[in-house]
Amino acid sequence: MSISTATLWLVIAGLAFGSWLLRFSFLGIIGNKELPEWVKRHLRYTLVAVMPGIIAPLVFMPRATDGAFDLPRFLAAAVTLLVGVWKGNLLMAIAAGGVTLYSMLNSGF
Amino acid sequence: MQSSRHDFWAGLWGALPFCIVVAPYGMVFGVLAAESGLDIFTAVAFSMAVIAGAAQFTALSLMQDQAPVFIVIIVGLAVNLRMALYSATLATHLGAAPFWTRAFVAYAILDHSFALADQKFQNEPDMSLPRKLAFYFGATSLVAVIWVVGTGFGAWLGTRIPDWLALDFAMPIAFIALVAPALRSLPHVIAAFTAATLSLLLAPAPYGLGLIIAALIALVLGAEVERRMGARS
Repeated sequence: MSISTATLWLVIAGLAFGSWLLRFSFLGIIGNKELPEWVKRHLRYTLVAVMPGIIAPLVFMPRATDGAFDLPRFLAAAVTLLVGVWKGNLLMAIAAGGVTLYSMLNSGF
Repeated sequence: MQSSRHDFWAGLWGALPFCIVVAPYGMVFGVLAAESGLDIFTAVAFSMAVIAGAAQFTALSLMQDQAPVFIVIIVGLAVNLRMALYSATLATHLGAAPFWTRAFVAYAILDHSFALADQKFQNEPDMSLPRKLAFYFGATSLVAVIWVVGTGFGAWLGTRIPDWLALDFAMPIAFIALVAPALRSLPHVIAAFTAATLSLLLAPAPYGLGLIIAALIALVLGAEVERRMGARS
């Protein structure tokens, strides 16, 4: 569970430099050039293609239960997703998911 | 320069709603960082150096799973690839600024602040470069500061939070809430569903590899569906 100090600082340094380079790419290096449409299209999907892949195992195989399916956690995730898509509001979705999780855990699940 | 000052405050004012979202979100990151064993100094340094919520949460989650360093960095940066798109757009507005100014513009690119500035520059194409820069830094500076301060406060709180709060699940909930608003078009839903399903099927693969394969397939599929839908209409 514990993360080594070396790993941590390597990751922070790598992400800091890499993120800055991505942000600087066109502003600083490539300059004022129009990107091809197909490149723009793929860049728009990076977030929705990566994050659900990280989320799904955390939802269906939670760490807290050593990977066994857990109904309160699953329902909390489902409610967060529904409210998030419906309202488009980050905090409202988090609150709805949190309320679902705690009311399920406290009612003995 | 009177008008530039006015533009700075206009940007700051426009970004206030984001601050209200970013403060608790930074706190959640700080709390989870503390739960993962980071001290306040490290958590704050993380947020200051990277200032990108999705990438930081991703990296934290992968490090908890003991994924190798280069996998953590590659996946974290993959989440941040959209920043290159913002950079390309900002280059059309602010490309004439001096090198060091552009270096700072780049450091401070944040999702919502970028959207606000881009919209402003498109609506008022006659704005001078100093005025655009003033608006941009107004829109982005306070949000960035609040992200860092929120992280510090969360990290300080982190070790004081009792177990019954089930914080293990704060990360997935925060992730889902971050992605959900993007799931409003069919290609985005298809990409997200594909990524989730494939990552579950490929979960036995050595950590990181299944995720990267799932993300690549989802990315290409989402973009392809968008292209075909666009071609039809």
